[in-house]
Amino acid sequence: MGILITGLLLGGTYALIAMGLNLQYGMSRIMNLANGEILVAGGFAAFWFWTAGSLSPLLTIFLLAPLAFAVNWLVYVVVLRPLVKRAKTRGQLEVDAILTTFGLSFVAVGVMLATFGGDYFSYSYMLTPVEFWGETYAVNRILAFVAAVIICGALYLWLNMSRAGMSIRAIAVSPDSSRLVGIDVPKLSALAFALGGAVTAVGGALISTFLTLDASTGVIFTLKALVIVIMGGVGDVRGTVVAALLLGVLETFVARLIDPGLTLAAAYLLFILILLFRPQGLFGRRQS
Amino acid sequence: MRKRAFLKLSASAVLALTVSVTQAAETLKIGAVGPKTGGLAGGAVVSYWPNVQLWAHDVNARGGLDVGGTKYMVEIIEYDDQTNPGETIKAVQRLATQDKADFILAPYATGLNIAAAPVFARYGYPMITHTAISDQVEELSSKFPNMYFTLGGASGLAQGVADVLGAMKSAGDIGNRVAMVNVADAFGIELAERAEPALKEAGFEIVYKTSYPLGTQDLSPVVKGAKDANPDAFVAFSYPPDTFGLTKQAVVENLNVKAFYTAVATAFPAYAGANGSAANNVLGAGGVNADDPAFQAYMKRHEEVTGEKPDFWASGMVYASFQILEQAIEATDSIDRKVVAEYIKSNDFDTLMGKISWDENNNNSAYWTVGQWQDGVFKGVASTGREGAVSPRLKEGWE
Repeated sequence: MGILITGLLLGGTYALIAMGLNLQYGMSRIMNLANGEILVAGGFAAFWFWTAGSLSPLLTIFLLAPLAFAVNWLVYVVVLRPLVKRAKTRGQLEVDAILTTFGLSFVAVGVMLATFGGDYFSYSYMLTPVEFWGETYAVNRILAFVAAVIICGALYLWLNMSRAGMSIRAIAVSPDSSRLVGIDVPKLSALAFALGGAVTAVGGALISTFLTLDASTGVIFTLKALVIVIMGGVGDVRGTVVAALLLGVLETFVARLIDPGLTLAAAYLLFILILLFRPQGLFGRRQS
Repeated sequence: MRKRAFLKLSASAVLALTVSVTQAAETLKIGAVGPKTGGLAGGAVVSYWPNVQLWAHDVNARGGLDVGGTKYMVEIIEYDDQTNPGETIKAVQRLATQDKADFILAPYATGLNIAAAPVFARYGYPMITHTAISDQVEELSSKFPNMYFTLGGASGLAQGVADVLGAMKSAGDIGNRVAMVNVADAFGIELAERAEPALKEAGFEIVYKTSYPLGTQDLSPVVKGAKDANPDAFVAFSYPPDTFGLTKQAVVENLNVKAFYTAVATAFPAYAGANGSAANNVLGAGGVNADDPAFQAYMKRHEEVTGEKPDFWASGMVYASFQILEQAIEATDSIDRKVVAEYIKSNDFDTLMGKISWDENNNNSAYWTVGQWQDGVFKGVASTGREGAVSPRLKEGWE
């Protein structure tokens, strides 16, 4: 039982890491390799507000979300929209986006180095244990899990209930046909991308309460997010959540019952199995 | 037309400026290569880069290096190697051939130093390493006679842990149960391999032993596993992110041990900053003679000039390695690399870390192995022959 809860908490962390990329890749079709840097920047902001102004990360995220939204909107409109416009096929857009955002990730690392320095940053927030069913858990991880549930739930509802959400899903399925039914594709793609960035930055702020980050760690999170998004199925909120939880529980099971040294191996074994037997991901649609 | 005239004018102005500068003082080009990005950047920006800046500032502030009556200002040429050994090699090569650097400061961290050693050797640069920890010193120094080691070796660091814990056990302060974990990466594996026999030799029983992959995001299974084994001491041969992570998890789990040791980055000011009073009496790799006025003066200057605090292990040694180079240049009155290298080999040096002398393998055999956070200062508690060690304290809870 303890293992299951620890695993679910870790899964919540993973969901926070991956959800933003899912929106950006699944909905606005930008494979954003600078995603991890946005996450680290969110963590930096939380760290800075906490150490300089004692502002709780739980409040910081309300400042951070609109800010990250605006920054990502700008990035999309200035840097990525020209790629979308000139791309003739989805494949071409993917290649262009990967190269561009790869470059952007270096720029982001450089900017963070220049503004915050390259030191590790770590602080103690809500680092208090709670005990239930005979095991102890850190409050900050539980908070992150709750936030992940709220964010993912809200996104799911929004994507399935609201008009804008459904339009975005239509774009994810077929950008060309959605235009025919009167959906403003460029605007909503930008919206999805910016929203993805905001979710990632908020995730970074929450994660920074228990993980130690530095300006160069972004790539680790990009990779993790990529694995989870692909496992869950591109463009599906449920898929990302399920894949994140699955990964968290699996890693914790292996760490507690077999050996912590095998967690990575187990995670990638799961990844390979899913790619072999369900290449479109757990909840993904087959590409026509 | 006007534009061209302006260009000509500014060009001649620049020329005039450079001429006047070179007339005022000679400059010595010093190369510096290290990570500003990539996996080891977090360590290098604490221990390495600020010291490059501080050293250049110190030397130039007192009018430059005195080489036989001529003053040489130092000019630093910096390269980011992205924590990539291939880039380190390229950068050193570029410094040697394109920039024509007079001297090159040793790169940061063990792997990058070993990668760059052949290039230093080929161009005859003395290479005084400050952050290379290896047990292959003998082999390396016979292959690269200009390579020097200052920070110690893996066996010594591991033995230090066994000695400190052993003394606690002999005093009856702790029992003989040790939980030992390590990060599954070169440094962590090597230290764990050395520490296991050393701990057994000291009469300890290793009740929990495991490794975890680099970059593990949830270390609670590791700490829970250790806690279940009910140890008296917890030893982790860890890297920076997990050094922080394990400590936080130990606080959450209230890991009840009398000795708690984490390895790399325990000596970083950020460690105390992140953990507050929970950091008190935590043991870690490295250490300095923190009560030494020379070190305290260095700490003060470091913070004034760079705006950052130095760490309590490698920072001082990085600066000391630059001092060795500086003293060798001034003592020989020469900027000939061969002459300077010859002098380094056959002399001792007084640095802020104390006296540095070489054994037959160009190795500084007296180094700090274990330190401990005591009331906000990380003090050396064990060494292989340095002065100023304080006695270690027991870890009493995490409040």
